[in-house]
Amino acid sequence: MTKYEQDTLLIHNGFKYDAGTGAVSVPIYNSSTFHQVDVDSFGKYDYSRSGNPTRDVLEETIALLEGGVKGFAFASGMAAISTAFLLLSQGDHVVITEDVYGGTFRVVTEVLTRYGISHTFVDMTDIAQVEAAIQPNTKVIYMETPSNPLLKITDIRAICEIAKRAGALTFVDNTFLTPLSQKPLELGADVVLHSATKFLAGHSDVMAGLAVVKDEELAKRLYFLQNAFGAILSPQDSWLVLRGLKTLHVRLQHSVAAAEKIAEYLQTHPKVKRVYYPGLADHPGRDIQFAQATDGGAVLSFELENEEALRQFLAHVKLPVFAVSLGAVESILSYPAKMSHAAMGQEEREKRGISASLLRLSAGLENPNDLIRDIDQALAAVETSAVSL
Amino acid sequence: MYSQETKLAQIGNRSETATGAVNPPIYFSTAYRHEGIGQSTGFDYIRTGNPTRKILERAIADLEGGDQGFACSSGMAAILVVLSLFKTGDEMIVSKDLYGGTYRLFTEHENKWGVHFKYVDTHNLAEVEAAISENTKAVFVETPTNPLMEVTDIAAVAEITKKHDLLLIVDNTFYTPVLQQPILLGADIVIHSATKYLSGHNDVLSGLVVAKGEELCQQIGYYHNASGAVLSPFDSWLVIRGMKTLALRMKQHEANAKAIAEFLEGADGITDVLYPGHGGMLSFRVADESWVNPLLQSLKLISFAESLGGVESLMTYPATQTHAEIPEEIRSARGVCNRLLRFSVGIESAEDLIQDLTQALVAVREGVKA
Repeated sequence: MTKYEQDTLLIHNGFKYDAGTGAVSVPIYNSSTFHQVDVDSFGKYDYSRSGNPTRDVLEETIALLEGGVKGFAFASGMAAISTAFLLLSQGDHVVITEDVYGGTFRVVTEVLTRYGISHTFVDMTDIAQVEAAIQPNTKVIYMETPSNPLLKITDIRAICEIAKRAGALTFVDNTFLTPLSQKPLELGADVVLHSATKFLAGHSDVMAGLAVVKDEELAKRLYFLQNAFGAILSPQDSWLVLRGLKTLHVRLQHSVAAAEKIAEYLQTHPKVKRVYYPGLADHPGRDIQFAQATDGGAVLSFELENEEALRQFLAHVKLPVFAVSLGAVESILSYPAKMSHAAMGQEEREKRGISASLLRLSAGLENPNDLIRDIDQALAAVETSAVSL
Repeated sequence: MYSQETKLAQIGNRSETATGAVNPPIYFSTAYRHEGIGQSTGFDYIRTGNPTRKILERAIADLEGGDQGFACSSGMAAILVVLSLFKTGDEMIVSKDLYGGTYRLFTEHENKWGVHFKYVDTHNLAEVEAAISENTKAVFVETPTNPLMEVTDIAAVAEITKKHDLLLIVDNTFYTPVLQQPILLGADIVIHSATKYLSGHNDVLSGLVVAKGEELCQQIGYYHNASGAVLSPFDSWLVIRGMKTLALRMKQHEANAKAIAEFLEGADGITDVLYPGHGGMLSFRVADESWVNPLLQSLKLISFAESLGGVESLMTYPATQTHAEIPEEIRSARGVCNRLLRFSVGIESAEDLIQDLTQALVAVREGVKA
């Protein structure tokens, strides 16, 4: 096969066109069951949970993009993550990044513990801390980079080496950057996970999760779990994610450029206490970020002086949607303390630096100048008294 | 006032207030409950109005700078709604280089209902003005034209139509309101095959009409509802979804088309390249008619298919596809000869596309030698 660039692969996936009709757009196979012609050997498809032609195209496409052997589509990002964790057994141990997404935190602390799978939270940017947390029964090191919402950068290569020495698998949540910017499998990871609800689908209109694995043996084990638990992605939603993927590169190009511009603007604003964005020159993880990814991504966080300033800011901001989620055509402004990280509890949040005056911004496809103008007028409306409190 | 990019990304957002859904729901409901006699939410029966379709109709009106938008089940249905404005004996002046489907519809209209169509080079203003008679009611312009990419000066034609009290209708399918806003240049009606760039993913059939002026909007609204070729809620939603990335896609289409036009200009065996300088559409002529089929068969990445404006690159042979409805003599005289290929440049990597063209041209030349 001719080797194409990533942006071409997004549009011309393995599907190319429908053999029967020549259709350029992948057909949606809603069929739950499939005719069989032989009593002893069934065809490629028998029951839609086990395999579906529309879902297959999506699974092949994400595997191709991430450079893995097989992709798996799930009903949500959490379904992908939870199913991957079920590769573990009773008595196993997980080393996991401390500022992990609140939903993953909830599964690890409240569900896996019931199955006898223990965990240790570490600052994944501190290699010594990771090494110290390894136990004889450690089977997975779980990374999220850039982390959510503080955009801390984990050195994927270094952590994968530690994991290999310890005989543990490495999982990387690649939701924030997507394979267009960062390919964890090429950096040594075993499993890549995605909330495809975000950038991959990109239009705030479909919930989906994806997993990609590097080797055949792991692919067999994860396929067994995907089919056995059945938290698979529907044909309609698989098709919507594929449709979203076709514009991923142009969407990311725009949103990353917008995030860079907004981060630089925020950094100079007197009412903004701190900006977290790995694309900024003074970000502590910048060198690692640019060694393992092509850009700083389209998500940034920033801190205002205090919660009162944040409330006043939110009351005046008009253009970005104030909502949960990220990676959409619309810019989304989130309040991690009460949204993505509410499941964590205040004490755990504060330990991690997720303060009550922190906001996360996912840059959308609006003109960045419109966004900056809007943020600027909302910041202007924050009373100086609130800032100096 | 936001820029086009921002307007596009935000279509439908904040339209739903009950749940705060960022993405507008798809209303499949065909009927709408009335509180009492004479009381309506503004929605009664789905053909007359549907909340999902309404979002699309408002968005296109806003983007084109018109007063009202109308979503139709195809681009041809959109043209048919506009044709309903005319009666037997009326005349319309039309761009000579025209999409074959539009030509077919106009011919049918002429034969059955006696509306007359005069074909002129609309980029030649003197020709436009000379064609006007006392029965002329409108000028219909495609710009750039399909497939010869001829550009008509909309503002100049608008001056003529205003002077003679005619309607100016512009098919804006090729450029979209990201590149060209005909109403702001003086047109009265804009038509789109939204199947193309607006939805952009080769997966939904649709047409749009935008009009300026209260009376005109009322008339078009009447026929739109009465003839009923309206766009379904699901398809309206798909078009909206496509439009969110329109500005980005157009940028990439144009950058790729520029690179490919430049490549073709210097390629052996290509005699002409027709590219108007903007957008993602171009046409070119190969040296010999016998090259056409082997070239199309040698392409590996670019698909040989009808239609245009999607993310995937498509190559079309107007002689047997889009313009098959026009008799060969007329067709060839207009320049749509048997050596002409039309290329809808997608948003793949330009390098990959050029590589595909290069290998296909090599294969053709080798085939010719052998």
